[in-house]
Amino acid sequence: MIAIQKNNTLNLARLQSLIALVVLCIIIAVLSDKFLTMDNGWNVLRQISVNICISVGMTLIVLTAGIDLSVGSVLALCGAITAGLLKNGIKLPSLDLFIGFTLLGSLLAGIIAGGALGLFNGFVITKFKVPPFVSTLAMLTIARGLTMLWTQGHPISNLGAPFSMIGAGWLLGIPVPVWIAGVVVLLAIFITRQTRLGRYIYAIGGNENAAILSGISINKVKLIVYGIAGALAAVGGIMVTSRLDSAQPNAGTGYELDAIAAVVIGGTSLSGGKGSIGGTVMGAVIIGVLNNGLVLLNVSPFWQQVVKGAVILIAVIIDKGGKKK
Amino acid sequence: MLIAQNITKKFAGVTALNNVNMELHPGKVNAIIGENGAGKSTLMKILSGVHVDYEGSIIYNNETLKLTGTKDAEAKGIVIIHQELNLVPGLSITENIFLGRELCNSLGILDKREMTKEAKKLLEKVKLDVDAGEQVGELKVGQQQLVEIAKALHTKASVIIMDEPTSAISDKEVDNLFVIINELRNEGKTIVYISHKLKELFTIADRFVVMRDGCSIESGLMSEMTQDDLIRKMTGRIVSGTKEANSKVCCEPVLRVQHINLKNTSRHAANVLTDISFTLHKGEIVGLYGLMGAGRTELMETLFGLHPKRATGNIFVDEEPVQIQSPIQAIKHGIALVPEDRKAHGLILDQKIKTNISITILNQLEKWGIVLHNRKETNLTKEYIQQLGIKTHSENNIAGNLSGGNQQKIVLAKWLATHPRILLLDEPTRGIDINARFEIYNLMKKLADAGMAILLVSSELPEILTASDRVLVMAEGRLTAEMPIAEATESNILKYAIQHNITA
Repeated sequence: MIAIQKNNTLNLARLQSLIALVVLCIIIAVLSDKFLTMDNGWNVLRQISVNICISVGMTLIVLTAGIDLSVGSVLALCGAITAGLLKNGIKLPSLDLFIGFTLLGSLLAGIIAGGALGLFNGFVITKFKVPPFVSTLAMLTIARGLTMLWTQGHPISNLGAPFSMIGAGWLLGIPVPVWIAGVVVLLAIFITRQTRLGRYIYAIGGNENAAILSGISINKVKLIVYGIAGALAAVGGIMVTSRLDSAQPNAGTGYELDAIAAVVIGGTSLSGGKGSIGGTVMGAVIIGVLNNGLVLLNVSPFWQQVVKGAVILIAVIIDKGGKKK
Repeated sequence: MLIAQNITKKFAGVTALNNVNMELHPGKVNAIIGENGAGKSTLMKILSGVHVDYEGSIIYNNETLKLTGTKDAEAKGIVIIHQELNLVPGLSITENIFLGRELCNSLGILDKREMTKEAKKLLEKVKLDVDAGEQVGELKVGQQQLVEIAKALHTKASVIIMDEPTSAISDKEVDNLFVIINELRNEGKTIVYISHKLKELFTIADRFVVMRDGCSIESGLMSEMTQDDLIRKMTGRIVSGTKEANSKVCCEPVLRVQHINLKNTSRHAANVLTDISFTLHKGEIVGLYGLMGAGRTELMETLFGLHPKRATGNIFVDEEPVQIQSPIQAIKHGIALVPEDRKAHGLILDQKIKTNISITILNQLEKWGIVLHNRKETNLTKEYIQQLGIKTHSENNIAGNLSGGNQQKIVLAKWLATHPRILLLDEPTRGIDINARFEIYNLMKKLADAGMAILLVSSELPEILTASDRVLVMAEGRLTAEMPIAEATESNILKYAIQHNITA
């Protein structure tokens, strides 16, 4: 009986955010006739695709009761690595060596670099027991610094038409980034709901001690999760770089906060073990629609930040209220 | 006198208390007795101001008492000491005692000297011989409990409710606690004492109230009761707890450990375990008794691979030497551990019964090497729910919503699912009611009959004597005795359990 009620409140929370989203859309649509157009719709989805990729990785980490503050910097570094390799390859004049990269090669290199940075986060967290907040904060600075070193502080631009397809192109009438985000979301839903890894992620966040005693290698699971998050940040970085046709050294600054906001608005508990990918997608859509609406309504950028913060607070307070009863 | 009159309390339509009446006398130790789920804690929460909406009335010193919260209850002199202690580990004893009611001088600055002086007096009163500046987190559970009592005394409480105060402390600490309770009783305070341990109630309590299914069944003087009477009133039936002699002769060793040592975490302290050797045979239940701090739990943990860096010694499974450096390896060798604290180490309370049971065997529930086989999982969990008699209408219920006994059965189920050959049980019946307790004893017997080797750790002598075929006794990290059940008596076991304390 009590359990059924609990399940209901969970669905209720999901319903609440759906209602909030619908209300938000209605308000914006009433105030601006540009909102409910196909163009704007695709525009919003294209914009949130990057945040969805990062937030999905963030959700997996938060479900294990961790956090990753480094995704914004990792995004920038991996975008720059991909752009740099694609454009310039690797030159080692001292060895008289030049390695050129194809498009696919540079994309893979960027994603592998992201995965490696994530694994490094996981390694520090599991091996040296450094709290995720601290270790990924350090990585935030390290990866940003490496981005500056790699780019010498200058954007890497003019990356060619094929590369631009990833961020700006269309496939079967749908923007390519939306395809990418969609595949990422579906894979993540599959992992969290239908695989052993997914169960272990929830188990570690739900009760780490019980998970250890149950014979779960929690270190392995954490490594995988931080690795996935790093790789997804790289995917986001490639999308951002491609859309701008330029790798900016300060790209992705503050993206980790948008990702955490999407996770939290989506109802995932920061103490781990509770939440879902679906919720996070909803959270990312709410933030995206809100951003878009505020721009369409000509709200000053300063006020936009205030409103966004207020929405996060309200979402979390409503969520808490739902759980208490 | 504190009187509860016709108290009824419902949670979302479920009646937790049904027209409860009781009188709690000053200058007496009033025992509240009942199985888990009988409504004891709900009633205590009403008396201490946690729940403020209920039907009926509370009358205190001839006045109707309408509490608005725990602070209000405290102000009126009613204090509850919870099973899970309510202290801040990072603060000192003094700071804890004065938390929320700090003494200040005329400038509004903390008056540390006065507080320390007062704290010292209180510590003396509860016979706690440590410095008042000591951090609470550094104290043992029994000592922390005394700090809680000191805190209650400081608030000039006249009604002190103690919820399972002896569940986590050693016998010596229990004796000390009883001395203090006696003094408080002589000062005319009303002590309300909740415990599952009937034996100690006969030592300490003057009066009793039996609760069952949310009702108050009977009250009276403890001296007019016998243990069997009380059990009958609690359960509504006669429970037989006598042990038949074990007819099996065991000879096939399943687990043999030799010279197990476990270093202390701080290098200069003595070993936690010293030179432990014993053998577990197929189909036998070995009871392991020891006082708190004897190293029982640490021994279990070592056998389960939780202390790979600090432990040395040889372990043989089926006479083959094995390396057990992690729970994963332990499970691979057919060992299962039901931990002492099921909430902290056994269960994921927020998750479904199903997910809790299947967690140990998910690798066997995969199809095509990756996707979880949902139907297979559901069927398997249903099987265990039925086999162990877990009281729930669905395998999708949240584990944390079940009673202690049913939670413990979930932990057992998740380990039985791995088909272990060696089952380590650490205090398997702690905090669970008599019926569930006997169900677990019966289950253990059935498993042993089917060939499982079981090591049962318990701090309750009757449990050891009821369930075991053979008894091991530990004291201060060493095995001090091994005896067949026929030779084991309470006094005999206790002698070996405290032996080291005397000679050392």
